[in-house]
Amino acid sequence: MDSTAYFGQWGGSFIPEVLHETFRHLERAFAEIKSDPAFWQEYITLMSTYSCRPTPLTHAENLSQHFGGAQIYIKREDLNHTGAHKANNVMGQGLLVKRMGKTRVIAETGAGQHGVATATMAAKFGFDCTIYMGEEDVARQRPNVFWMEKMGATVVTVRDGSRTLKDAINEAFRDWVTNMDTTHYVFGTACGPAPFPEMVSWLQSIIGQEAREQILRQHGRLPARIYACVGGGSNSLGIFSSFFGEADTELVGVEAGGHGLDSGQHASRLCGHDASPGVAQGYKTMFLQNSDGQMLDTHSVSAGLDYIGVSPILADHWEKKTVRFEAATDREVIEALDLTMKKEGIIPALESAHAFVQAFKEAPELSPDDAVIINMSGRGDKDIFTIAQAFDDPSWKDFIIQRAAAYQK
Amino acid sequence: MQLENYLRQKKATKDILLMTHIVLGYPSLDANRAVIEQMVAGGVDCIEMQIPFTEPMADGPIILKANQESIAGGTTVEECLAFGAEMSRTYEIPFLYMTYYNIIYKYGEARFLDRAAADGIAGLILPDLPPEEGAELCAAARKRGIAPILIFAPTSTEVRMRELSGHGAGFIYCTARRGVTGKHSQLDADFGDYLQRCRAATDLPLAVGFGIQSRTDVEALIGLADMAVIGSQTIKLVDEQGVAAVGPFIATLNDVSGTSS
Repeated sequence: MDSTAYFGQWGGSFIPEVLHETFRHLERAFAEIKSDPAFWQEYITLMSTYSCRPTPLTHAENLSQHFGGAQIYIKREDLNHTGAHKANNVMGQGLLVKRMGKTRVIAETGAGQHGVATATMAAKFGFDCTIYMGEEDVARQRPNVFWMEKMGATVVTVRDGSRTLKDAINEAFRDWVTNMDTTHYVFGTACGPAPFPEMVSWLQSIIGQEAREQILRQHGRLPARIYACVGGGSNSLGIFSSFFGEADTELVGVEAGGHGLDSGQHASRLCGHDASPGVAQGYKTMFLQNSDGQMLDTHSVSAGLDYIGVSPILADHWEKKTVRFEAATDREVIEALDLTMKKEGIIPALESAHAFVQAFKEAPELSPDDAVIINMSGRGDKDIFTIAQAFDDPSWKDFIIQRAAAYQK
Repeated sequence: MQLENYLRQKKATKDILLMTHIVLGYPSLDANRAVIEQMVAGGVDCIEMQIPFTEPMADGPIILKANQESIAGGTTVEECLAFGAEMSRTYEIPFLYMTYYNIIYKYGEARFLDRAAADGIAGLILPDLPPEEGAELCAAARKRGIAPILIFAPTSTEVRMRELSGHGAGFIYCTARRGVTGKHSQLDADFGDYLQRCRAATDLPLAVGFGIQSRTDVEALIGLADMAVIGSQTIKLVDEQGVAAVGPFIATLNDVSGTSS
């Protein structure tokens, strides 16, 4: 395997033989777009006309004042079309699919954001589209299923295994090994077999490029710390990309602590103690698995972080200690979300709120001359059912009961 | 060489050989024991025993469900290996392990191979370990007399097939079509061309699997391949008609194998 497939000891490409030629084709196509400046220009133009790039860097003055420490800046990936950083990767891969001459795209989705973004891209570019989504996630994120279907995608509910993201990935692979001639698998995060980790990180690096320029312009120097939530790892790698190697900027990845790192009900691969090196879903990383190598059930309030593995690129940074990893519990996430809405009028996705938790814990220990950036990977409107339930909101419950009653008539 | 030699000797007496497949622990190890007894009595030539994994990427719905239910029922890798040793001791025919790479990676490659060799396991099939990642494991297996079974697919080029063959031993597993296990395969004209390409690319015996379900399917392989692989079909049979249905099913398949020998 060529050396770019590995990041330290992590990554690789553990794929069935039937996909060997498909991956050679994909590797060649990726090498071409990477070395072609016209591709990146086309990508930037598309993202600034179809999505809202560059996304703003918002100075959260009220939150900064509230904590009395560092100046808190928020990178607003929620203002992308479809409401999350997922659009960056998807539109870039869409351009790649056009170049490769394929006519159909498939994707897995957890929270549904990647599925919605892929369905959007497929509608715009005229591709057939099938999205695989675990049954548990369909139940958690029903509004996203509605939008995917409205945009013409077929949504397949996956009822195998833990019925979450990993099972949706397996099912997407099963589709791909049958239909690889016409179909590209739009992998949603910086995981999976090479070249996906590198390709997805590269497309997401647009976040870091903008954030670096913006923080220098608005704050005058580099931030002391950058916080990003880590599911598969694509939004964190996107924003970290322009800050690796900066001695003055510490990079902090925040994993899903679920009910706590000792509860067995979390999705913390790098900062917990339940993960170990393994090979699954086409790549080698730290997986939440038992001593036999069977994958464990994961838990998070956020569907998008509820995953057994993590980007091999981040596993390498973890091992080399160039990124620090922390965890935020479900309860802390809801509190941080509440505070952010009240203080700034901004609604982070449950996933993104994990990054807010850690920034809030650490901001007071920094000086008001320092800046920190929180990567707000997505907007929380999509989580209205989950958030309303977490807040146990009485008027929302009445509304749902009445609406349900109206449908029953 | 042991597995290859065994298959060549057997092939001298039959038009086509039969390999069957079971998922260990599904529906139970006791049921596996009874199924294997019937398979051996029915005259199968070798058996692949799948050690279940939670993420069986290359398997279709039937084997996927069997993997999940086996693990949910508490089957451990240790139990599977003890069972494999017992089968290998009990019967004359070769037994192979089929699983996904993580099971071996977690167990420790050398430890797994040492144990399998000591237990008399003849071969190893790992659908998610291409030679780019598994060349060392293939060599370590061959050194211990365990045949690493490499897989050819209809999408494999001739250059690729030759490369794969160089890492393999025992036989080559040719998947009859794209996709995952379990769906019935239409063996059309292209299929004959594909198997001729396979034959030209390797000196190893050819086994054909994926969607081989009936006497007609097995018959269609005579002259083109050395061995037919029956996978999902026996699991389906046990699910629908119970363990006792396996013997008669194998007999109908094997009847074909024996008719013109």
